[in-house]
Amino acid sequence: MTQAATRPTSVPPQSSATFRALKCKECSTEYELKAMHVCEYCFGPLEVAYDYDQLRRTVTRETIAAGPHSIWRYRPFLPVETNTPIDVGTGMTPLVQAKRLARRLGLKNLYIKNDAVNMPTLSFKDRVVSVALTRAQELGFTTVSCASTGNLANSTAAIAAHAGLECCVFIPADLEAAKIMGTLIYNPTVMAVKGNYDQVNRLCSEVANTHGWGFVNINLRPYYSEGSKTLGFEVAEQLGWQLPDHIVAPLASGSLFTKIYKGFREFVEVGLVEDKPVRFSGAQAEGCSPIAQAFREERDFINPVKPSTIAKSLAIGNPADGVYAIDIARKTNGNIESVTDAEIIDGIKLLAETEGIFTETAGGTTIAVLQKLVAAGKINPDETTVVYITGNGLKTQEAIQGYIGEPFTIEPKLDSFERAFERAQTLDRLEWQQVSI
Amino acid sequence: MSIKVLIPTPLQKLTHDKATVDCSGTTVAELLESLESNCPGIKGRLCDDQGELRRFVNFYVNSEDIRFLDGINTALTDGDEVSIIPAIAGG
Repeated sequence: MTQAATRPTSVPPQSSATFRALKCKECSTEYELKAMHVCEYCFGPLEVAYDYDQLRRTVTRETIAAGPHSIWRYRPFLPVETNTPIDVGTGMTPLVQAKRLARRLGLKNLYIKNDAVNMPTLSFKDRVVSVALTRAQELGFTTVSCASTGNLANSTAAIAAHAGLECCVFIPADLEAAKIMGTLIYNPTVMAVKGNYDQVNRLCSEVANTHGWGFVNINLRPYYSEGSKTLGFEVAEQLGWQLPDHIVAPLASGSLFTKIYKGFREFVEVGLVEDKPVRFSGAQAEGCSPIAQAFREERDFINPVKPSTIAKSLAIGNPADGVYAIDIARKTNGNIESVTDAEIIDGIKLLAETEGIFTETAGGTTIAVLQKLVAAGKINPDETTVVYITGNGLKTQEAIQGYIGEPFTIEPKLDSFERAFERAQTLDRLEWQQVSI
Repeated sequence: MSIKVLIPTPLQKLTHDKATVDCSGTTVAELLESLESNCPGIKGRLCDDQGELRRFVNFYVNSEDIRFLDGINTALTDGDEVSIIPAIAGG
């Protein structure tokens, strides 16, 4: 593999660019639009700042609707300069009205934003990676990399292959088989690190310091994370250009949650939707719930934890955006809850049985937290509630092995089928049919 | 007594572009003072006005986050390696 010899340089945006600087979320110091992610003065995270006056003048519902059927219909709100970004059909995933799940839970207006079928690698990460790799090319990188719990590695490797970029990804060695295979197939260099995600991340920080690569979630993070705003934009557009009343989303580093919020606020800011209060609730697995713990204990700092949960894609013990996620949940009158691994499996099954959507453990976590919030009276049945399903169940099959039925093996004869079919009408099955509406 | 400190890119302007600095100290708190005398101004970047580590700064002693050890009072011995890492998002 050839390594990138080119050191990235800052590229001044062209006049059509709507983003103007990187800005520290803590102390507001501004920086040039180069590959950096941390404020040199206070270590706070950097975020992309836009010219909202320009956006207000140039973007309308019509200009967006006339754009491509992908995240790039929102290009003026994304930090890239090119008119030909890497478009592999990412985004515009279905917003499904979940009537059967809603009835089971006693809700009236429930929607699933289904990124289990996002393209090309079946998780929301394709959104952030499409943006990060487009920006990586603009900044002159020829090798891209990431620290990943699996989905990000799949996405980085696939989209790098499409774009012709060299790719080296770092994952914890104990990931699910499908997530490893779903990375290797694109032929990147894969480093399986003997350690948890937080250790992988620490190693990658050290590599990023020395190798001059574009790490999507490290030195490209301010650009990368903006891609998650499209999950806010799409929901607003798909609801007929209005905001929901309540959203429930999974929390790993907390970045997705904060960017959905930023997406909604930007649409309000430029006049694309009417302002209204939207409650933000977050979901964690009990075996890795540093954000939920801090929320419960009313702390404004995170105590890191050592993850132990089947929800490996949420297993970040030291979540960088955790404090911002807590802040948003508090100020929007939302909640942050955690659920056990058993509840996560039940959540995966419930979504599959009621809506025909097979999600991974992160989605099971989100559904289980939805159930918990409903049971506690923390979701009003009349609220338009949107649940974000961010990954696909085919990638975490190990988690549900032993918890689902088995096929009836029969002879290719009618009577063999009839006998087996009778057996299939077990009490379990009947019980399920009786409670289903 | 020598402790190797790994310096992240955003702070390397204060270390004359060096990625590692050798310091001394029997605790992380003492190490911070040693680092400050080697590289004036660096402590102000890592700590707030009250002298507490900023919330987006992570310190690791031999690969372990000091919040799992004794925080700023974590003991150091000769040959230890300390990494200073900004918080990172991802997944």
